[in-house]
Amino acid sequence: MWLAGCDTVVLNPSGDIAAQQAHLVIVSTLLMLLIIVPVMFLIVLFAWRYRKSNTAAEYKPDWDHSTKLELLIWGAPLLIIIVLGLITWIYTHLLDPYRPLSRIDENRPVAAGVKPLEVQVVSMDWKWMFIYPEQGIATVNELVTPIDVPVRFHMTSTSVMNAFYIPALAGMVYTMPSMETQLNAVMNKVGVYDGFSANYSGAGFSDMKFKYHGVSQADFDAWVAKTKASTGTLNRAEFLALDKPTIKHPIMHFGTVEKGMYDLILNRCVADGSTCINTQMHQDATRIKAAAAVKKLPEDVCEPTVAAATAQPTRKE
Amino acid sequence: MTMSDLNLTSLIFGRLSLEAIPYHEPILIGTFAMVAIGGLALLAAMFKFRLWGPLWRDWVTSIDHKKIGIMYMILGIVMLLRGFADALMMRAQQAIAFGDNPGFLPPHHYDQVFTAHGTIMIFFVAMPFVTGLMNYVVPLQIGARDVSFPFLNNFSFWMTTFGAMLTMVSLFVGEFGKTGWLAFPPLSGIAASPDVGVDYYIWSLQVAGVGTTLSGVNLIATIVKMRAPGMSMMKMPVFTWTALCTNALIVATFPILTITLVLLSLDRIAGFNFFTTELGGNPMLYVNLIWIWGHPEVYILVLPIFGVFSEIVSTFSGKRLFGYTSMVYATVVITVLSYLVWLHHFFTMGSGASVNSFFGITTMIISIPTGAKIFNWLFTMYKGRIRFTVPMMWTVGFMLTFVIGGMTGVMLAVPPADFVLHNSLFLIAHFHNVIIGGVVFGVFAGINYWFPKAFGFKLNEFWGKVSFWCWLVGFWVAFTPLYIMGFMGVTRRMNHFDDPSLQIYFVIAAIGALIIAGGIGAFILQLFLSWKDRAKLRDVTGDPWDGRTLEWATSSPPPDYNFAFTPVVHDSDSWADMKANKYQRPLKGFVDIHMPKNTGAGFIISALTFAFGFAMVWQMWIPAALSFVAMMAAIIVHTFNYKRDYYIKADEVTRSEEAHTRLLESHV
Repeated sequence: MWLAGCDTVVLNPSGDIAAQQAHLVIVSTLLMLLIIVPVMFLIVLFAWRYRKSNTAAEYKPDWDHSTKLELLIWGAPLLIIIVLGLITWIYTHLLDPYRPLSRIDENRPVAAGVKPLEVQVVSMDWKWMFIYPEQGIATVNELVTPIDVPVRFHMTSTSVMNAFYIPALAGMVYTMPSMETQLNAVMNKVGVYDGFSANYSGAGFSDMKFKYHGVSQADFDAWVAKTKASTGTLNRAEFLALDKPTIKHPIMHFGTVEKGMYDLILNRCVADGSTCINTQMHQDATRIKAAAAVKKLPEDVCEPTVAAATAQPTRKE
Repeated sequence: MTMSDLNLTSLIFGRLSLEAIPYHEPILIGTFAMVAIGGLALLAAMFKFRLWGPLWRDWVTSIDHKKIGIMYMILGIVMLLRGFADALMMRAQQAIAFGDNPGFLPPHHYDQVFTAHGTIMIFFVAMPFVTGLMNYVVPLQIGARDVSFPFLNNFSFWMTTFGAMLTMVSLFVGEFGKTGWLAFPPLSGIAASPDVGVDYYIWSLQVAGVGTTLSGVNLIATIVKMRAPGMSMMKMPVFTWTALCTNALIVATFPILTITLVLLSLDRIAGFNFFTTELGGNPMLYVNLIWIWGHPEVYILVLPIFGVFSEIVSTFSGKRLFGYTSMVYATVVITVLSYLVWLHHFFTMGSGASVNSFFGITTMIISIPTGAKIFNWLFTMYKGRIRFTVPMMWTVGFMLTFVIGGMTGVMLAVPPADFVLHNSLFLIAHFHNVIIGGVVFGVFAGINYWFPKAFGFKLNEFWGKVSFWCWLVGFWVAFTPLYIMGFMGVTRRMNHFDDPSLQIYFVIAAIGALIIAGGIGAFILQLFLSWKDRAKLRDVTGDPWDGRTLEWATSSPPPDYNFAFTPVVHDSDSWADMKANKYQRPLKGFVDIHMPKNTGAGFIISALTFAFGFAMVWQMWIPAALSFVAMMAAIIVHTFNYKRDYYIKADEVTRSEEAHTRLLESHV
């Protein structure tokens, strides 16, 4: 029970999602202890009782079957797994990181019309970038959000995989280059929490961490205003400079962010002259469709080089 | 590659230069010095006692499944020492690297250490141990004279060994991967890992993988085709059943690993984009493929171990195994289900809730047959007469430890719980709980159980018990802090920490690792002392434990031909059944026995494959081409070797059987 002490952030988190996940850890443990404890007790009991020197105990060398016991040893675990499976199905859906939140905490549902705060997360070698698209600001290695407000993280990575993890807030979700993952979460207590990469990503991995500040709405507004006033601008050139591997990167604030930065990063086309992956995929799809359409015409034998091939790569702005 | 790169030096040496020797790393130089001194001493001793001839004739070229089994076990023990040295270094690093103290292993070295630890422990410790036990025991248990393809067996062993050697070479020439033991791209791609480390990883596993796959084919054929008359499938000993299922898993999954690594190689060498993020490649493809191999792999390791415990618990309880049929079905169900759970290794990579739930629930379902097995062992002890010998102590220790590992495994199978426990030290504690508490305990149980069969004398009880207690206590001291730190949000593969309050946990874990080191030391001492006292510990009966299966029906160690006459089987506990029915050993009428002949081809082809792998690692194209051609030539030459068999003459069989008879009579 001392595990429930204040040290164990995973079992005593400050955000509602993490709290529900911790609750499931406890529930699943208790469910399984229902069978584990008796089994461990019986192992010790039988090992002791039927030791060779105890000649008083019954000895039945050919007893090797009992239908009743067979039913019990398959049935009892089955029942527990059915219960646990149901819990799993329900809570995996309820706590799906992609699912918009329906409650702030146990007692407060999310009010109608409340839009979550959007934060775009980029894991880089070996630092974290946070872009606030609605506020038009960005930071490196510092995350601030208001408490009791749903936050939706859109996450990607620049080179290798990482996992975005703030144990006090919610479970981890991987960040992967040219792919987007999402996490919906809410923080319920003001405080400074640890955030870090939970998936090994190379030499600077151990220092790939940041402080997460859960603050009041007023403090958040003040922080946004202060950040907006800072001179830094996150544009393509700045991003490319930042993209070089660094260890223990200092906290940075950007008062302005070039529009669509996150999409460029996600589609790997920040550098001049690179084709965005979504553009490329769109072109490929169009070309393949056109080629298929051409092939279906029986009298037409010309090569499928029409339409799509003439489209020029464009940068998504 | 441009034309200017194609000069002769680079075609011969590729990326290899003197720079590749890590003489600026004192730890590696120290290790190298020790290996060199030890190696030279060994070589000198070999010359002095003229052991080269016997080594080559009796061991290297041997196609006897018993000798190959023993060599697999030796490979496992040697590599265990290497893998455990890595573990000690990690525990030491994490116990001291707090705050301003960076510890003694910089990331460049530390990251190789944890990658090598995982790779070696799975591929070159656990796999050889398990394969070795199966190789030694299965043919004896089914009353066969050898495996179906004895040459292939020798070849498989040497491929595995040379794969391990390639990993070892990376210590002193170049470096090993810094990617973690499964080498996920993009981290293992050429952009993030341009060095030779990942190539060493790939080629070690490719070379060893050929051995593992062929050994799987071999043992399946052996079990299906070479059982003694009367031994129907449902009369096979449980260990043989688990071996069959494991080898089916090997044959079905190792090709996936091979292909995945081929694709990764193409990405790295030839500029393909299977697992990059460019040109439609996708690293998730690799993650899926590697775990479609990787999850069955853990069952490949643990299923035969379940078999080992089944044999031991029944023997030392002096009782038939409870629920043989349900044990067999449980094994088969686990075999099938092990293919349906791979995604639980990456719930956190953005799969939808329905996909995650599906794989979470299939994972939980596996715990039902596994639980049934635990109950079967439990009720085998019930109303038995339990002799607490060393193997039985490992078994009870396993049962108590493994149920905890199983419980934490099911916790991790609940996706929302996995979101907070994935990649944490809780996960590390969980899989060590099942791998050490399951596989390692089982291997030591198996070694203590079958050692007298293999060598003709029992192992020292006292040091066996010391080893057991050190491992059991050491395991819990080392991994309980990791379970706890998992709840504190501490994750894996960290090189150093800021929070000083964590240090005490890591210090305790390091002490645990030292206690385990004591267990390994006690085991080696046990081997040595038993060898010294072998006359006193001699097993003359061939059946030192009052065993129940056929391997105990022959002498210890068994003659080359295993059984002078193939036994006839009437029961799943065939030897117990034979003993109960007053079985009489045949004493005359022996005939010539047809046996396979030793050959050096397996060693030679494997050595050439090793050379090819090394050349590929360093992109030495000319040596690579030459060794490849030589390897193919050696394979073709071997196909023209028609002298593959010989007969053990009837009078020789008679002599050796009569010697056994005299020995038996002198001790009745």
